[in-house]
Amino acid sequence: MAGGMKPFAELLDRLVLTPSRNAKLRLLVDYVAATPDPDRGYAIAAITRDLDIPSVKPAMIRALVAERVDPVLFGYSYDFVGDLAETVSLIWPGEREPPSPSPLRGGSTRSVGVGVSDGEEPPPGSARLRDPHRPPLKGEVKDADLSLATIVETLQKTSRSDAPKLVAAMLDALDPPGRYALLKLITGGMRVGVSSRLVKQALADYGQKDVTEIEELWHGLQIPYADLFAWLDGTGPKPESAAAAPFRPVMLANPTDLDELARYDPADYLAEWKWDGIRVQATAERGVARIYSRTGDDISHAFPDLLAAMDFDGAIDGELLVGHYEDGAIRVGAFGDLQQRLNRKTVSAKQQAKFPALVRAYDLLQEGEDDLRPLPFEARRARLEAFVADLPADRFDLSALVPFSTWDEIGRMRNAAPEPVIEGLMLKRRDSAYVPGRPKGPWFKYKRDPFLIDAVLMYAQRGHGKRSSFYSDYTFGVWTGAADDPALVPVGKAYFGFTDAELRQIDKYVRDNTIERFGPVRSVRAEPDHGLVLEVAFEGLNRSARHKSGVAMRFPRIARLRWDKPPHEADRLETLEAMLD
Amino acid sequence: MKPEALLHPTAKGLYCPPGDFYIDPVRPVDRALITHGHADHARAGHGHVMATRETLDIMGIRYGENFAGATQEAAYGEVVTINGVTVSWHPAGHVLGSAQIAVEKGGTRIVASGDYKRRPDPTCTGFDLVPCDVFITEATFGLPVFTHPDDAGEIARLMESLARFPERAHLVGAYALGKAQRVIALIRQAGYAETIFIHGAMEKLCAYYRDRGIDLGPLAPATIEKGAKDQFAGKVIVGPPSAFADRWARRFPDPVACFASGWMRVRQRARQRGVELPLIISDHSDWDELTETIRDTGASEVWVTHGREEALVRWCELHQIRARPLNLVGYEDEAE
Repeated sequence: MAGGMKPFAELLDRLVLTPSRNAKLRLLVDYVAATPDPDRGYAIAAITRDLDIPSVKPAMIRALVAERVDPVLFGYSYDFVGDLAETVSLIWPGEREPPSPSPLRGGSTRSVGVGVSDGEEPPPGSARLRDPHRPPLKGEVKDADLSLATIVETLQKTSRSDAPKLVAAMLDALDPPGRYALLKLITGGMRVGVSSRLVKQALADYGQKDVTEIEELWHGLQIPYADLFAWLDGTGPKPESAAAAPFRPVMLANPTDLDELARYDPADYLAEWKWDGIRVQATAERGVARIYSRTGDDISHAFPDLLAAMDFDGAIDGELLVGHYEDGAIRVGAFGDLQQRLNRKTVSAKQQAKFPALVRAYDLLQEGEDDLRPLPFEARRARLEAFVADLPADRFDLSALVPFSTWDEIGRMRNAAPEPVIEGLMLKRRDSAYVPGRPKGPWFKYKRDPFLIDAVLMYAQRGHGKRSSFYSDYTFGVWTGAADDPALVPVGKAYFGFTDAELRQIDKYVRDNTIERFGPVRSVRAEPDHGLVLEVAFEGLNRSARHKSGVAMRFPRIARLRWDKPPHEADRLETLEAMLD
Repeated sequence: MKPEALLHPTAKGLYCPPGDFYIDPVRPVDRALITHGHADHARAGHGHVMATRETLDIMGIRYGENFAGATQEAAYGEVVTINGVTVSWHPAGHVLGSAQIAVEKGGTRIVASGDYKRRPDPTCTGFDLVPCDVFITEATFGLPVFTHPDDAGEIARLMESLARFPERAHLVGAYALGKAQRVIALIRQAGYAETIFIHGAMEKLCAYYRDRGIDLGPLAPATIEKGAKDQFAGKVIVGPPSAFADRWARRFPDPVACFASGWMRVRQRARQRGVELPLIISDHSDWDELTETIRDTGASEVWVTHGREEALVRWCELHQIRARPLNLVGYEDEAE
């Protein structure tokens, strides 16, 4: 068992370069297994971005490096590397790593042009070449001291004015990978390709638990998660979910079709529309309100307008949409409007006014002290209807039930939704309890058929990992311009939907029909009479100012390869434009 | 004499008017002096080529025996006079046969160092310092973020990975001239005695290195036998980086993509190339080697070619050394 920066730095480096999800999980599980408390907890919190060290900000790191490195040389380097933590970790004038046998290496300090000529004293605070036998100077940090816990706990107690000196001493004591890991640890912004959901899955794998149990606990836990690890290690009880407004693991539905539904009695089920926003849990308890994504990420900060309207005591499961309130009812906006509100750290008053957020409620999980989840859906639904009736009508409304009597009716309705922001129907057993995960039987989703178009392959890009020798990411276009002189305009990109055998065929086609190469991308022959037609399936279409075509597809994938179809018979942009709502 | 009168850049390459010769010209010329065998420095079609025995042999292997009208062998330490200009040859430590060329007339000495590195390399003669008035330096890794760690540590990471993933083939990307042989020799130094498999593109050069007395241990072509899909499990295969994106790479079971290059210092570079195990092993000087060499030569003026000229020129300014970029065209900054 070893803590410290070295294994953490190794973990980050390996995560950055490992494309496969399973391999990432393995790396995380191995790390957690080999690292003692509390270091592993701090590492996990850094990767899930739950760790905050208020005394350290990127501007401070920049200022530190500016004292040590010529700003022009730093500028050239940052331009090349593109990541602040990485640039600083490499350019920091520390010791060389590790001592090399070359005579040239011995006794050389890094020379990065601080403007100090040879023989002069280095400026205060700058790195000195350290003799390994010399005892550490006062205030100097020894490498061995640098556990993650020491770093985090020390900096959390440190004021903004004292933090720079401490961070500088830590950087001096580490090698470049260690410095990189330190900077990522204390400034956040990991960019290692790991979601917090993946971390929770790794923790679940490590402790052989269900990931929903971890999601449920997560927001009540305190960094560095000692009680969680004790439970995962089998040496302690399951932590109590102590926080107000915790996340409750979400119940999900299985996709279905008429053949399967025929085995069930339609009278046992209720139907409602499947709204195409983002599934959320809006929870308010004891004065604390939170909005969670369906994987338990707290996304409250993006929706302050909705949060302000959550003056209730309960937990609503619903669909977050944007829209406006008109004539006593909510009019839902397009999915593209919702995207204006997503993935933002802060949201301006203008965006809140233009794209107000609201919740269309599906279910009620908690009301006051009552956990409603064991109740039958029908009973919860009755409680939900009464509950929503008391909420602000411009922010909360009910997902209406869709009356039906036969499965055939359901089959017809799912492709004839009354509004574009509907992606099909939900079918829920009247007696179904609310249980986490995706149990088979109580809930079904019956999606409308995807949209289909025929497009022409224009560019192909090499894949990653196992696909790195294959051209597996395809940009495709449709025709635009005059009928006798058409041109292709790209409308989307897809990298799945085909079999391995089809991948080999497309790869061969790309290699045999390359016009130009730009790094990992090849431009492929795509002419009215020579090219490969791809039947592309997608879930919806948004207007997009960022794309030349003016449209952006949602979840595009390759449905079929149309080797038989001449490219000039592929669809035109007008066909797509007509699909916009 | 003024340095610019002794050597100056032209469209064909670095030219010496009094000697009427070019150093590493990028287009065919009558008389060329070649520092080393990499394709952007050593091109076919010159009238007369002077270079070390190894560089001439390497050019013969790559371009065929008739790559030049006439050839003349230069030995390290040898001094020749060409049209009144004194020319001498000194090891550059870059690849087998690589040389720095010192050009001297009227009390002015300019050293064209070609590509060079200063750390030990079991496959070539080590760098010799040549004091001079003007030092012409490459700048492939001319940014202070580039510091190459110890080679042995990088090879140790490859060995660790082999032990950790015994079921996976380890594909090491390394350029065919110099890097491939050095990586193989370093792996041998680490005590690995098993057969190393090599891509067809490097067979001739590996054979040539062996002829010159460099021990590469047992090598075999990385050709697959029918029905032996896992014959490369846990093996080391060395091939040119370009082959990894090729269909060639598909014969290996769940390969670990490794790449031996100074560029691997930057994570996002490694990530973009789909490299899982970056090995920071370079045939070029890192930033410290570049700046130390500039100081060690005692040159009062530095000309900077191919790479990150601007940063090295800036460093020289900060250290009161006159410097300018040469803006020679035709050398590949990425080739490493």
